[in-house]
Amino acid sequence: MDAPVKDSLPAVAEAPPIRVTGLNHFFGDGEARKQALFDVDLTVRPGSLTVLMGPSGSGKTTVLTLMGCLRDVQDGSVELLGHELNGAREADLVLYRRRLGFIFQAHNLHGSLTARQNVMMGLQVHGHKDEALQRKAAAHLLAALGLGDRLDYLPGNLSGGQKQRVAVARALVGNPAIVFADEPTAALDKESGMTVVRMLKQMGRERGTTTMMVTHDNRILELADRIVTMEDGRIVKDTAP
Amino acid sequence: MTALLGALIGRLPIGWLQLIHSKTRLAAAMAGVAFANILVLVQLGIMGSLNNSILISYGLLDADIMISAENANTLTEGDNVARQRMFQALAVPGVQSAMPFYVATADWQRPDGDTTAFTTFGIDPERGDFLSDDLAPFAPRLRLRDSAVIDRGARGIDPETLAAIGPDNPMRFEVSGLTLTAVDTLVGGGGFAGDGYMLVSDQTFHRIFPNRSTGAPDHILIKIAADADPAAVLAALQAQFDGTGLRVRGLEDAALEDQAYQTTERPTGLIFGFGVVIGVLVGIVIVYQILSTDVADHLAEYATFKAMGYGQSMFLGIVLEQAVILGILGFIPGIIVSWLLYEMLGAMTGLPVELTLVTTAAVFAGTIIACLVSGAIATRRLAAADPADLF
Ligand SMILES: Nc1ncnc2c1ncn2[C@@H]1O[C@H](COP(=O)(O)OP(=O)(O)OP(=O)(O)O)[C@@H](O)[C@H]1O
Ligand SMILES: [Mg+2]
Repeated sequence: MDAPVKDSLPAVAEAPPIRVTGLNHFFGDGEARKQALFDVDLTVRPGSLTVLMGPSGSGKTTVLTLMGCLRDVQDGSVELLGHELNGAREADLVLYRRRLGFIFQAHNLHGSLTARQNVMMGLQVHGHKDEALQRKAAAHLLAALGLGDRLDYLPGNLSGGQKQRVAVARALVGNPAIVFADEPTAALDKESGMTVVRMLKQMGRERGTTTMMVTHDNRILELADRIVTMEDGRIVKDTAP
Repeated sequence: MTALLGALIGRLPIGWLQLIHSKTRLAAAMAGVAFANILVLVQLGIMGSLNNSILISYGLLDADIMISAENANTLTEGDNVARQRMFQALAVPGVQSAMPFYVATADWQRPDGDTTAFTTFGIDPERGDFLSDDLAPFAPRLRLRDSAVIDRGARGIDPETLAAIGPDNPMRFEVSGLTLTAVDTLVGGGGFAGDGYMLVSDQTFHRIFPNRSTGAPDHILIKIAADADPAAVLAALQAQFDGTGLRVRGLEDAALEDQAYQTTERPTGLIFGFGVVIGVLVGIVIVYQILSTDVADHLAEYATFKAMGYGQSMFLGIVLEQAVILGILGFIPGIIVSWLLYEMLGAMTGLPVELTLVTTAAVFAGTIIACLVSGAIATRRLAAADPADLF
């Protein structure tokens, strides 16, 4: 299932990285059925950093997981790099995910793998076999994130900020078209949080990566190209600072 | 090790890394597999020695065909065969010679108060050709009344005393009020049926067992003429004795049937067979427990890998990789301990226990298969890894 990767995902010319139209989403069944998203429309420009804000329970994570192929689209349309996700087969979703990078609130590193090995996992998914090359690429990126002397540390021996930077490296090492980050700084102190986001932004700019980030941190807003605010499952504000 | 496995699998050996990361779990799993291996191997060893000892007992004889009572499932069990049957058999074309063969257990009340049970073979001292090459030379020396050749490995007797027995140094001992003279020793190998073998003449046999009739041996041994077709002679004898309540079998077949009977129909054999099954089940359950706990503990990691675009086959691969590694790592201490136990068991009981290459290979293959089965069951838990839960 994960061997033939190469270009089973043809680039669709001039398609925006993300285009959401008329997206509704429901949780639960029968009596307990509850609508979490109402008619969401959102188109994102390539290479931009979009910040998603809003009170707790407003649907930010739900939107993110739908765009990130982590949840099935029920109603409406999500186009990712020109591919419609509504009704897509699981096998295709697996392929689409390989074009994405995820940074979670918790670092979600594999505790049994070293920093370098964790980053290598972001490369191996593309079917790269050359281990020496993977090791080099992972080391290079970790060094760029200031972890050159922590390559062979297990996550348990790294600080929170260092772990999150490893997670950033893992998300970016495969040169994803889009990076999704859900409150990546929530578990960090302000200083290391800002360091992580600055690095993410800088690397994204260098590589032309589109970034979607959910955050409550006001200082991050200054770095955003666009700020989208949600309330009760709807987009209520859309600004460029 | 990690690099080697990585090269072997073509990706980071995540299963291996997970295993060595939690050392206690690894140790528990290895102990579990080793324990199951030891259980299985010891049972197999005892079964094997049962089988061996049966083969050895038939191997003391040299005949082509054996005529026994229908209910004579082993050499010592069952009814007798009327001696006149021997003469009927001799009349069948192709039969060259025949000998009545007596078997019974003789108890020696040793001076130390315990008993040594000799599986006693009574043979015609003129017919040493019905004994194995090793035993044949003893036959003429049994002509002397009350002389015997006893097992060098007989249980309960000081090995040095036994080793010292010879023509110049006979040993006198008393069985059923009769004083026998051991004139030499044979290599039998303790069995399950008795503590050792004893070879005597048919005359002496009847002095030891006065209530056994000379007209009713336990079996009749037959040799086929060199120019006769063994299968045809066997068929002719079977036809001759059809409906008489006798079974006519090649000696080798008799040994095999005896083995099958003792290992599958007798409680001892059944218990050991059952022990093997229990060992396999214990192994499967332990490995399943360990692997499924490991999957449960790493659901978040697996969900993350799913989000990164890894497919189901890679997670199956991780679990099966772990299963195979556990199988190999557990087998190594398992086989070493089993080998030591075999040595101890052999030394203590004199039973012919032997760890053969075939057994080792079969148990290794079985271990890997059982581990894969456990792994395959444990992978059902993978379905619970949902990347949508990660945010
Ligand atoms: N798995 C689920 N099952 C049922 N309801 C859910 C589930 N996930 C989210 N919801 C509901 O959907 C709504 C939107 O949730 P979502 O997690 O998208 O909010 P959010 O904006 O990310 O909030 P927060 O800032 O707390 O992370 C909430 O009312 C939540 O209770
Ligand atoms: Mg959320």
